[in-house]
Amino acid sequence: MQLTIKYFGMLVEATSISEEQLQIDSCSVSELVEKLIHQHPKLNKKDFKVAIDQQLVDRSHVINTNAEIALLPPFAGG
Amino acid sequence: MEKKKLKNVFVEGAISSEFIGNSIAKHQTKTSIGAHNIFLGQVRADEIEGKIITAIDYTAYEEMANQKFHEIREATFEKFDLTCMHIYHSLGKVNAGEICLFVFVSSPRRRVVFEALEYVVEAIKADVPVFGKEVFEDQTHQWKQNT
Repeated sequence: MQLTIKYFGMLVEATSISEEQLQIDSCSVSELVEKLIHQHPKLNKKDFKVAIDQQLVDRSHVINTNAEIALLPPFAGG
Repeated sequence: MEKKKLKNVFVEGAISSEFIGNSIAKHQTKTSIGAHNIFLGQVRADEIEGKIITAIDYTAYEEMANQKFHEIREATFEKFDLTCMHIYHSLGKVNAGEICLFVFVSSPRRRVVFEALEYVVEAIKADVPVFGKEVFEDQTHQWKQNT
């Protein structure tokens, strides 16, 4: 499946990119996060939530179709 | 299912007092309203380890944020007897002392608007993916986190 990974706020600084494409087999959110940390070591120990197609999901959630994945650091609206 | 077109809550830069004033004036024709309540979020010049914050540079996951604003709006109308509600949030740079969030609720009666406004503002702070880079005088920065 094809995933679009989006980074925001401090995570753009940590990865030096705001978006990337990833071809990957079905996996859990935590497996995906492991892989992303491996690619971008500065993501390690950063606090972030994960959204799939704009819905927040748990790390145990399984991704099995093309999707937009967003890594969201702590919110700071207002 | 067809996706409903969402309102765009975001404005570029600070929210001006003229914009806020005009927004109030536009409600003079809505004469069932007896009470307005307004929240204005202002950028604070906090001092952190001897350095002063001069601005916050806001970014957002805009599609998800507008969806969240929409959900907050729906939930608020469900919960409270409001006549209308408006939310505006800044993107980009907002200097200390300038307004970055404008929430405006209106109802026939006052008690409702006090409760509704707090509910809306707290929901925005907790649920909307907006990110703030706090910029110091020497152009270094740190990332804002709502508490």
